[in-house]
Amino acid sequence: MNEPTLNSPLPMTDEFSQYFWEGAKKGKLFIQRCNQCDQTQFYPRPFCKHCLATEPEWIEAKGTGKLHTFSVVRRTSDPRFVDKLPYVQAVVELDEGVRMTTNIVNSDVENLRCDMPVHVVFEDIGRDFMLPQFATVKR
Amino acid sequence: MNWSGKVAIVGAYESPRRKAPNVHPYTIQAECIQAALAEAGLTIADVDGFCTATGLPGEGGTQMNILEIADWMGITPLYHDSTDTGGTAPITHIGHAASAIACGDADVVVVSYAGCSLSAGDFDSTPPAWGAWQYEAPYGINIAASYGLAAQRHMHEFGTTSEHLAKIAVACRANAALNPDARFRKDMTVEEVLASPMIADPIHRNDCCCVTDSGGAVVLMSAERARSLGGKKPVYVLGFGEAIEQYHMSQMPDFTRTVAHVSGQRAMKMAGVTHGEIDCLQLYDSFTITVLLTLEALGFCSKGEGGAFVDSGAILPAGQFPINTDGGGMSSNHPGRRGIFTVIESVRQLRGESPGVQLDNPRIALAHGTGGSLSNTSTLVLGI
Repeated sequence: MNEPTLNSPLPMTDEFSQYFWEGAKKGKLFIQRCNQCDQTQFYPRPFCKHCLATEPEWIEAKGTGKLHTFSVVRRTSDPRFVDKLPYVQAVVELDEGVRMTTNIVNSDVENLRCDMPVHVVFEDIGRDFMLPQFATVKR
Repeated sequence: MNWSGKVAIVGAYESPRRKAPNVHPYTIQAECIQAALAEAGLTIADVDGFCTATGLPGEGGTQMNILEIADWMGITPLYHDSTDTGGTAPITHIGHAASAIACGDADVVVVSYAGCSLSAGDFDSTPPAWGAWQYEAPYGINIAASYGLAAQRHMHEFGTTSEHLAKIAVACRANAALNPDARFRKDMTVEEVLASPMIADPIHRNDCCCVTDSGGAVVLMSAERARSLGGKKPVYVLGFGEAIEQYHMSQMPDFTRTVAHVSGQRAMKMAGVTHGEIDCLQLYDSFTITVLLTLEALGFCSKGEGGAFVDSGAILPAGQFPINTDGGGMSSNHPGRRGIFTVIESVRQLRGESPGVQLDNPRIALAHGTGGSLSNTSTLVLGI
């Protein structure tokens, strides 16, 4: 587990999103699947973005996927992230088919490639929040 | 209702300002509105429609900013629009205003913009981590990196290189060299772009637009009334299209295609023009990758072929589709929502008044904006 990164903007949860963050605290990455049209989605919403059916089901993702694309951030004027430079802003495609924004951590940032396999890791960002991050799979 | 050609631009003004510390953006707004109206022989009393968006950092506005700035200008417009689609907004406003004029909802509409991004902007702050942002903001979303995501994927899928992207910045700089108002005019090579510091791989510093304090304004009225004005030649709005896709990059369906394929097709269909009939392209160039994706999505080259298209010299003044003849946002002017300048430079080209590289008698120009994080596009086809 990494050191807490207290300067990350902490999520402002609501009654709907608490489920996701409670899951993350237990090391679970939740995505959603619609009971009506069977499609998956991320980020979580209290409805299905494909058919607007309410209450899509929370399902635990396997936590594995591919690095769809990424950028190594080397300069920023955002004081909350200056200490993290260089860090990787990335979009990962989970095996379940949905994509999510994340960071690539615990990895060699100079040798990342699109479509590399990645797996979820959870980083303590303070105030009892565990943030889903991804790491490249060691071959 | 097809309103192609029924509305004209009769005034277009770009502020020569590029650095304006200690100047409020609304001062620049007023300067631009006054100058654009004067060009058409009009006064603020003739204006019954007003469109602008001023709510981003460095733009001087807060909530309800169309009310705030109408108050500042001392006008009470009957038609207004402050749609905020990022950098495309002024083009979107012009399209909406032209439609309103054609429908008879407004007579004289001013579309203006000003921003002091250089002196008062803030590009790296994200909204509070609330709603969908709670799944984005904790990761340190960075605007250059968001465009870098697209560039990285384009390189991965199509073998596009940093040299290809650098050639776009170099082409804009060469045009800016002739523009006395341009922010950066010094000659620049591909090697210099590649040697500039990496901001967010694969975006180098010189793959990014310049940042300025400036503004511009455009005045529209019916084509019929425009012809009776007796001023400069009216520039006709031949076609318009707008389209939005994702807001958060994680939701972008295809990182190598912007929604320009929708807005561009709609605008060109409305105008009844083919690619070959378009004489110049003023393309939003927040980053070099923005231009490459736009050339592909608008259909000036095939998807994945943007790199080879740039290599061919097609975007240079002597090429088939010259771009950003004023130097673009890359080198001339980018205070925030650059869309307004893509229209102003199109008007200047069609009138033979470009401050940069004036082309030989262009008849049809395409102005195109890309807003947000490759989120939305607006396309305008103009003719004389």
